[in-house]
Amino acid sequence: MSGDARSAKAEHIRRILATEGPAVEANTQGFNRGRYESVADLDDYEALKREARRIKEDAIERLPELLDELRAAVEANGGTVYVAADAADATRYVRDVVRDVEGERVVKSKSMTTEEVELNDALAADGVDVVETDLGEWVLQVADETPSHIVAPAIHKSREDIAALFTAAFDPEEPLETAADLTAFARERLAERIEAADVGVTGANFLTADTGTMALVTSEGNARKTVTATDTHVAVAGVEKVIPSVEDLAPFLELVGRSGTGQDITSYVSLLTPPVDSPTLNFERDETGPPDDRAFHLVLVDNGRLAMREDDDLRETLYCIRCSACANSCANFQQVGGHVFGGETYSGGIATGWEAGVEGLDTAAEFNDLCTGCTRCVNACPVGIDIPWINTVVRDRINHADDARFDFLVDGLTPDAEPAGMDVQKRLFGNFGTLARLGSATAPVSNWLAGTGVARRAMERFAGVDRRRELPTFECETFQQWAADRPTVRDADREVVLFPDVYTDHVHTARGKAAVRVLEALGVGVTVASVTDSGRAPLSQGMVDTAREAAETVAESLVPEVAAGRDVVVVEPSDHAMFQTDYERLLDDRYEMLADGSYDLFEYVYGLLANGAAPDTLHLGDGERVAYHAHCQQRTLGVDRYTTAVLSDLGYDVVTSEVECCGMAGSFGYKREYYDVSVAVGADLVDQFTAADAADRTVVASGTSCLDQLDDLLGRSSRHPAELLDPARRDD
Amino acid sequence: MSTTPRSTLDRFVERLDRLDVTHTVTDRDGVTAAVDAVCEPPAVGVPLPDGLGTLPASVATDVAPSALGAATTGVTPATLGVADYGSVVLSTTPDGVEPTSLFPDLHVAVLPTGAVVPDMATALGRLGERIRTDGGSHVLATGPSATADMGALVTGAHGPSRVHVVLVEP
Repeated sequence: MSGDARSAKAEHIRRILATEGPAVEANTQGFNRGRYESVADLDDYEALKREARRIKEDAIERLPELLDELRAAVEANGGTVYVAADAADATRYVRDVVRDVEGERVVKSKSMTTEEVELNDALAADGVDVVETDLGEWVLQVADETPSHIVAPAIHKSREDIAALFTAAFDPEEPLETAADLTAFARERLAERIEAADVGVTGANFLTADTGTMALVTSEGNARKTVTATDTHVAVAGVEKVIPSVEDLAPFLELVGRSGTGQDITSYVSLLTPPVDSPTLNFERDETGPPDDRAFHLVLVDNGRLAMREDDDLRETLYCIRCSACANSCANFQQVGGHVFGGETYSGGIATGWEAGVEGLDTAAEFNDLCTGCTRCVNACPVGIDIPWINTVVRDRINHADDARFDFLVDGLTPDAEPAGMDVQKRLFGNFGTLARLGSATAPVSNWLAGTGVARRAMERFAGVDRRRELPTFECETFQQWAADRPTVRDADREVVLFPDVYTDHVHTARGKAAVRVLEALGVGVTVASVTDSGRAPLSQGMVDTAREAAETVAESLVPEVAAGRDVVVVEPSDHAMFQTDYERLLDDRYEMLADGSYDLFEYVYGLLANGAAPDTLHLGDGERVAYHAHCQQRTLGVDRYTTAVLSDLGYDVVTSEVECCGMAGSFGYKREYYDVSVAVGADLVDQFTAADAADRTVVASGTSCLDQLDDLLGRSSRHPAELLDPARRDD
Repeated sequence: MSTTPRSTLDRFVERLDRLDVTHTVTDRDGVTAAVDAVCEPPAVGVPLPDGLGTLPASVATDVAPSALGAATTGVTPATLGVADYGSVVLSTTPDGVEPTSLFPDLHVAVLPTGAVVPDMATALGRLGERIRTDGGSHVLATGPSATADMGALVTGAHGPSRVHVVLVEP
């Protein structure tokens, strides 16, 4: 990306943050809280998610067979099935149906797939009056805007915005103020249109192959009316919506509302086996007719989906039930919504998979960087899609696609395994390990140089490093060098190999030293590993090959240690997450050995204490008041609780942050175009840690980037939890 | 029809309360009076199946569009209840269960207690059998219609804003 393009993007994001940000934030955070509350009521949420995942895996595996079965069932019921190859094919078919019944007005219930194929424009071009009946969609139709969220399309608009819009558009007799006023006004206007419509278009949340039944998940009742009030029903759905049987709907119906807007279930789930056997209603002539007069067309849209099914990395996208959990749980999405974090049709974390599959890499490239790989969506997804991985893979493909335009450059000149033409900013952050080694070797000169105005302006212009961020200060003596001279603990009960990640080794050496002293105080012999680069930095930039090389190097060094009975302990949560999850994609079966044999530092300390290690030489809390922010990936893995437990057990008075992510997310907050989003995300954390009960507390965080973000935003310095317990602190 | 355990019915009723869905419990002979007591005129309805009692005279069995549009109350049978969610299953019929339960502002559902099942999996099991047999359509309705699209949660969007369940004991 050029410097100018970065500036334009930064400006667009600033504008959306200012205009739409507050409404998007209030709504998505409300949905997200609702999700936590609603899934907590389930007897076994995880089992339900596993069941939903199993059904989707099976359905996509057997998709061609299920589509045949579905077609046979729908046709036996008296409906028609059309499989549309692409968007143009789908719209052509629907236009023909509308023309055949001489339809003048089409009413629609909410359907993202019709947005994807741009059905409204196609019908309007034929002179058909198309009316959206979902209240949110109708607001957008009146405003001539696009959805900012896949489930609640108008969340970027406040009640006041909608009142102003209706007043300007319709000049109502009574002033419209409350949400109830606005709803009643819209209901009335739409009722007239529904009653005078010829064709009803719906989507379908699920289709059951055994019976030809479609499930429509709604709350307003507009989908029911759309189908009931019209004689011709057209349902437009992606081919991936088919599942084997009616019984298979159960876990999805329990999960979809909870995962999305935090409702246990939506008001209506219509299980329609069309043509529906309700009487036809002719409002104009005040007549009813026999159900036999109803016609039904199911348009199954391929539009890239069958190719996604053949793609090992994009296939999981087809499991998506479009609940919006990944958007609502995403700290970045909460700030900007789908008008920044979205493509042509879809928005939020999984949108990268959808847009790459149905539109192409260029569309995905416009917003893919908004996914920081924090993983907070992974546990929220009801079908367990590895959304960060899909984002990483697509980023990798974008890096390679960019290369085609720079094929005159020589790959051998680059310091990594990536193509020559990839984005400079991504290459810089992806090679942070190399940079850090150079930085320490030449410190303090490297730090002085990097701090000059000239250097910062150049870095901003050419590499997109925002000059408002403080750069890391490299230490002359690395953590590894410090550790090399230490005597080992005699007769240790356990032996640990401490993984010195790049930041601990070159920048935050104090936390590494504290970690060694804490472990030794608990009777553990510690050696510091010779490898430092887990591959996290390149992976975050979509440099998969470079990350794989790093993983190989780590495995060569650490797997023999595990095999020899030593435990690997990791200070940096994002690197611990690499070992626990990402390496499954990067390594062979050595992944399992390393995952089983490696621990988050405080997970390990917790285990030592639980097994009787005496904490008396550690620095105990004695009521010290701390405010602790766990790293996003610790939260996803569920290991954040160990830090909280250890600190509480050792006498610290701990409050914890409730935000999903600090907003820095590795290099994300350093990037010029995303600086404002990063700060906006961090503002929630600042609010919590400057509140009355937290303002005087020592700020504690586990992740490097969280510590950097907190230092930048809070104006009081933060510490790693190991530094709290550091025996050396007793001498302070 | 099987007998539903007391605990399942209690859970169903507790869920109805949480959804602000009112209910009355009666037997077959009391259905006429129970329905009459909650109907707000004008009322339209779909005849109840055998064994579920009869509609009061105040309820017209007329699904003409004008009657649906004018009615304040719509009375229909329900064919299943789901205790975990407080949902009632409205099965579409040629005599108009779907429009009658949808257009008027107050929906009164008449449900035999024996049709209340504990959970979603059981409900989908029953519906799967039925749909494979007769190819019918069903709506799982949970509370009144609602929207949050206008800046706050509002009950009564395109569908009814109020729901009442008449539970009929055997």
